Amino acid sequence: MSFRTETALWLAQRASAAVLAVCVVVHLATIVYAVQGGLSGSEILARTRGNAAWFAFYSLFVLAVTVHAPIGLRAVLGEWLGWRGRSRDLALLLFAALLAWAGMRAALGVFS
Amino acid sequence: MASNLRVSVWRGGSAGAFQTFEVPRHPSQTVLDVVTHIQRALDPTLAYRFACRVGMCGSCAMTVNGVPRWTCRTHVDKVARDHTLEISPLRNLPVIRDLVTDMREFFDKWAKAKGEFRGTATKKDDFAKVEPRSAGRVLVDKGIECIGCGVCYAACDVVSWNPRYLGPAALNRAWTLVNDAREKENAQRLRAVAGDAGCHACHSHVSCTERCPKHISPTAAIAGLKREVAKAALQGDL
Repeated sequence: MSFRTETALWLAQRASAAVLAVCVVVHLATIVYAVQGGLSGSEILARTRGNAAWFAFYSLFVLAVTVHAPIGLRAVLGEWLGWRGRSRDLALLLFAALLAWAGMRAALGVFS
Repeated sequence: MASNLRVSVWRGGSAGAFQTFEVPRHPSQTVLDVVTHIQRALDPTLAYRFACRVGMCGSCAMTVNGVPRWTCRTHVDKVARDHTLEISPLRNLPVIRDLVTDMREFFDKWAKAKGEFRGTATKKDDFAKVEPRSAGRVLVDKGIECIGCGVCYAACDVVSWNPRYLGPAALNRAWTLVNDAREKENAQRLRAVAGDAGCHACHSHVSCTERCPKHISPTAAIAGLKREVAKAALQGDL
């Protein structure tokens, strides 16, 4: 992988970290609010179904995780396991696809 | 003060072992004094490296009780635990013999980071006028006193995990040149220090800054390189 691509990955990880910093706070605050308020599952679904704003927010959250986690894992795999090269990057692309699929499945599950 | 110090010294190459010596203690004794006593009085085959003995050359760096240090500037009183010392070669470098490491890779990485000054002026030009308080010069001042002892390189975990990583000293050198108003090859230098073998590998553990005997912060230099590389990348100049 070229130094330009590696630099782009670094920038993408920093940018996605900035997005995650906001998303995680909103997500945790929402969980605390829902639990404190004693909302039932059906009451929560009533608020999220068809709510385009929540769907857009969680889609952004999933996108940020999909970008951020595999790049971080790339360094961990290289440094701790010595796994570098094309096979590592292909495996991480698959991991990113899995994160995107699982995350969007969850977001769509409470939207539609 | 106890009369003797129990000193475990690394012997052999990378597959060697520790050998224990009893060394008499003295007031204001340095770790280099201890190593010198062992070679002169106990075992003349002990290999170690030193030159100035006063913290100017950086050649006597070793691992003392697990920490990379200049042995000439380390007093036994400050590092001995229960009258014992463990002295081994610097980490992250191939061991030649006993306490002597092969530093070629360390200095080759300075070259890879384009650590050589390439000025715009010729010998026919007048001296460049650099304002001492200019922003670039102030940044250069913070990193320029490095004497290449290898302590930061030995302290860095990323070097041990990623053998291609250029390391704190080489990147600090590159940062001083990036801020040198007379330098002409900074575009190439930023390319040389970008990516997984360069500044982007640094996790800011700050071990280099913690251990640097000159109180330089390679961590800050590497962060500066990350900013400059990011700017160049976003402007399409990388």
